[in-house]
Amino acid sequence: MSAAPVFTAVLGRDLRLAARRRVDALLPIAFFAVAVSLFPLGVGPEPNTLRQIAPGVLWVCALLAAMLSVTQLYAGDQADGSLEQMLLAGGSGTAAAMPVAIAKAVSHWLLTGLPLVLVAPLFGVMFDLGGRSIAALCASLLLGTPILSLLGNLGAALTLGVRNGGVLLILLIVPLCIPALIFGSGAVSAIETGSSARGHFSLLGALFIATGLLAPLATAAALRIATE
Amino acid sequence: MKPRPRGVAAFADNADPRHPGRGPASPDAGRARSLRLATTMTTPTVTTARDNNAAAPVLAAQALACRRGARVLFSDLSFAVNAGQIVWVRGANGQGKTSLLRLLAGLSRPEAGRIELGASRARVYVGHANALKDDLTVAESLMFLSRLHGFDTSAAAHDSALQRFGLHSRRTAPVRTLSQGQRRRVALARLCLAPADALWLLDEPFDALDAQGVQALNTLLGEHAARGGSVMLTSHVPLTIASPAPITLALGEAASA
Repeated sequence: MSAAPVFTAVLGRDLRLAARRRVDALLPIAFFAVAVSLFPLGVGPEPNTLRQIAPGVLWVCALLAAMLSVTQLYAGDQADGSLEQMLLAGGSGTAAAMPVAIAKAVSHWLLTGLPLVLVAPLFGVMFDLGGRSIAALCASLLLGTPILSLLGNLGAALTLGVRNGGVLLILLIVPLCIPALIFGSGAVSAIETGSSARGHFSLLGALFIATGLLAPLATAAALRIATE
Repeated sequence: MKPRPRGVAAFADNADPRHPGRGPASPDAGRARSLRLATTMTTPTVTTARDNNAAAPVLAAQALACRRGARVLFSDLSFAVNAGQIVWVRGANGQGKTSLLRLLAGLSRPEAGRIELGASRARVYVGHANALKDDLTVAESLMFLSRLHGFDTSAAAHDSALQRFGLHSRRTAPVRTLSQGQRRRVALARLCLAPADALWLLDEPFDALDAQGVQALNTLLGEHAARGGSVMLTSHVPLTIASPAPITLALGEAASA
């Protein structure tokens, strides 16, 4: 059986389910907004300080929003038997589970990563970032949030069926997200200080490609183990 | 490692009127009715009403073994399922009925042994869980599952599938509002959409079904067998399928002897 029908069926269903539960789908964005807003309150409204911490704060909050929203990615499907059916549809073997893993990562990105990219400029303004810095922030999140979704997806598959999987997921996956965090926030800081961000973007792009190639394979293998 | 219990599978004709499926409570009867101990590759000699045994089996298992943790559920289990046959997997709780079906479906790998599939590799697995999402409607759930598996997605086929299980009037209802039996019916409705020669692997399909649902499923199973499809199912209640007579595959009954 070919992979495309499995991919479109799973992606379409996940988006439809999210549309049925709009409040749930908005929670990561709400978390991001609340967490980011705490910093000016805690640090103080000094514009220079805010501008300095903005890239790191926005990126860390995006990372945490992605990690928190990913914990239940497979749990529901495993509990009601949908996951078994999805894995059976592709045939047997690890490669056959890849369309499911990719569809889940894409749907997670569309539902949390993309909205984060879209609301980021608003929070950039809140931290008094300039136009070019905000553009760099959006670009770095556009390249970086797919990495977070792919890695979070892997974490969700690895911790499937584990009690307190959420905490374990964060312990397992956050270290893997550190390079994306460094180069993502580094790109914005570079623009903010007036230097070139090309090196940061190149490395972020390379990370994206490497994660895109490897994470779905690892996720598929983890899903096979979890359903065995 | 502990010595493995020798899991013995036996095919027995289920037509014995004295024991209409009392199951694991009567191990003696089970052993007496065994046609052949399946320590080697066994092709059941029981023929179906349509006698289409000449073709290669739809599925053949050779010396299968399955382990759950440290416990060996069964080992050296060999059998074959031919076109047009309904095989009833029997055994007490914990003897590995579900594990066997999951092995055959391809969800897990056997500890030892081989599973060979016939020309049609299509398998439909309906597990304990119904694979339905509370937030989707009945029609959407059915459509998702048939898209996923590449089944018939035409509206007419879906309407008739739901009609067979008496769910047509509820096709726009969210799954959340359905009873357990109705959910089971939705899960089973996708059998009507699968390819005609598919092997159905059904784990307790009669669970939660009322008399009408059982009747609908029996009719469906009979039709599937009549057109050359095959079925492997587990059930803790005696089967009431009129034709063809189910063939029994007993798990673990003789292991305690």
